[in-house]
Amino acid sequence: MNDPILNDHPILADTFAPGEEHFDEYLKLWPRERREELASRATAADVRAALRKDVLHPEDFLALLSPAARPFLEDMAQRSREITLRFFGRAVNIFSPLYISDVCTNHCRYCGFNADNHQKRRHLSVDEAAAEAFALADAGIQHVLLLTGDARKVSSPQYIAEVAARIKPRFASVSVEVYSLTLEEYHLLMQNGVDSMTMFQETYNRELYEWLHPAGPKHDYLWRLNTPGRAAKAGLHGVGVGALLGLDEFIHDAFCTGLHAWWLQKHFPGTDIGLSVPRMCPHEGAFEVKHEVDDRTFVQYVAALRCFLPRCGITVSSRESADMRNHLVPIGVNRVSAGVSTAVGGRVVNAENSGQFDISDRRSVEQMTRDLAALGYQAVAKDWEGCDR
Amino acid sequence: MQSSDKLVIGGVELESRLFIGTGKYPDDALIPAVCEASASQVITVAMRRVDKGGSGVMGHIPPSMRLLPNTSGARSAEEAVRLARLARAAGCGNWIKIEVISDTRYLLPDGYETAKATEILAREGFTVLPYINPDLYVARACVDAGAAAVMPLGAPIGTNRGLRTKEMLAVLIEEIDLPVVVDAGIGRPSHACEAMEMGADACLVNTGIASSSDPVVMAGAFRRAVEAGRAAFLAGAGAVQTGKAIASSPLTGFLR
Repeated sequence: MNDPILNDHPILADTFAPGEEHFDEYLKLWPRERREELASRATAADVRAALRKDVLHPEDFLALLSPAARPFLEDMAQRSREITLRFFGRAVNIFSPLYISDVCTNHCRYCGFNADNHQKRRHLSVDEAAAEAFALADAGIQHVLLLTGDARKVSSPQYIAEVAARIKPRFASVSVEVYSLTLEEYHLLMQNGVDSMTMFQETYNRELYEWLHPAGPKHDYLWRLNTPGRAAKAGLHGVGVGALLGLDEFIHDAFCTGLHAWWLQKHFPGTDIGLSVPRMCPHEGAFEVKHEVDDRTFVQYVAALRCFLPRCGITVSSRESADMRNHLVPIGVNRVSAGVSTAVGGRVVNAENSGQFDISDRRSVEQMTRDLAALGYQAVAKDWEGCDR
Repeated sequence: MQSSDKLVIGGVELESRLFIGTGKYPDDALIPAVCEASASQVITVAMRRVDKGGSGVMGHIPPSMRLLPNTSGARSAEEAVRLARLARAAGCGNWIKIEVISDTRYLLPDGYETAKATEILAREGFTVLPYINPDLYVARACVDAGAAAVMPLGAPIGTNRGLRTKEMLAVLIEEIDLPVVVDAGIGRPSHACEAMEMGADACLVNTGIASSSDPVVMAGAFRRAVEAGRAAFLAGAGAVQTGKAIASSPLTGFLR
């Protein structure tokens, strides 16, 4: 799409001071060959040792993700459960995503919002977005996640800020999952009530990343890779990361996701670093998923993340089935979405489009609360109180 | 003698020396039964969990309990102060547990910011209970700042590891004239009992109760452990053999 109105991605200089380490620099210490070699060399003894440790290092995490850990899946799950119970108890935070615009200038080959998909686009006005958000609040949601496509002119930072400011009085927490912003733009969102953000790297494999995102602002790998660090530096309370499993070989994106969160924790100890674990379904639209992650490997991933990052929130979205989500909660997931629609509008405003991806778990907030209770867990609607000015 | 053994914090007399929490429960509806089984009179609640409408966790706290709102989520003194004021405005009373944590990897309290917040809030008339590392200087700074008690940790929060900071706790118990409430790390009733035997004035237990398989039964176990430990402290423990035998040739045998 060569719409001059939409394609206005500014060339943005990074905002870190000289001498400050960017994640991309740290990641260079972990080239693909090193990851591959360590993963293939990992032994059962390495896995057992990792499971005995209180504080794991990246090498331990890699062992837990490696094929050597596969026979230890149950031990990993037990360890993960024990850690999760201690730090999060039998309480699971619930939130809901709210898609306020699917106008997008990107060409992500795997995405339902790809600019090449000539579907009808919908961009909610501030009033419409507020009406949709309030419907969520009425359903008992207090943590809301605002999502837009990548179209700076249509869904500008000012627009997102305006929506946030408008809906904030009805929510305990407003977070965003939007395109990469500058430090100043994150400040703008914070001033308008946004307290956290999530940014999916999709894949940490640069070559693959650039192929998957052939055009549009998202094509810039480094800019995206360093965005979570920039958001943390801006002072957001929560910063979430995640790779989209299925794009690259499992071990690489799984490891780099954990490494990214670990690095962020080290550099921004005051920021709540969160993890999301989106996994592509075997056939998403016309896109062929090359490295499908089976259920066993997926569980291995969640358990390994929990062992490596005991205090990080782990979110599993409604891409996963209700059954999978029900089983992941006792293992290590402490945050789930409920009452989800991935289409823009649909609650109050008419939706005229299809969603970004197919939802597997369509449970309402009420149903989710009941199901968690049946598992012996409590759905926690509010777990945040803005303590900034 | 036991009946007159009251804990006094901020001018309030308390019979129970076990403080409990409200987080991590499988169902907040368990809270009334936990309160009863624990015989606790003080319950802490994170402001981040408190609903503006008064529903949610607050709806489950028996009115007889004294609320100890906490500032979980605050990363600086300024944020803690804001949450404390919010707590008071929300009708949670004027007790406040200051929790300033700016490290999400270990969840250790920031002593400097905590002391700063304590000073501001004590001046505003709050009864301030700062959650601290068992550091003598931080504890003294909190005393000087007007705290009503200090709440040193036994081990990092949520670890259930018991009194890993025992030596430092002993220093605080000896040196700090305010009540010392051991908070965090107490995973088992035996840990709580040990703290009380040492002379701690009270214990705050959340994870140990809430994440057990039966929180109500565990609350009762903690109640008895705290009572036993306190009674033992008051009774005065007998000498403990150090493991070394008395030398067969006494060094002072020559003295007549």
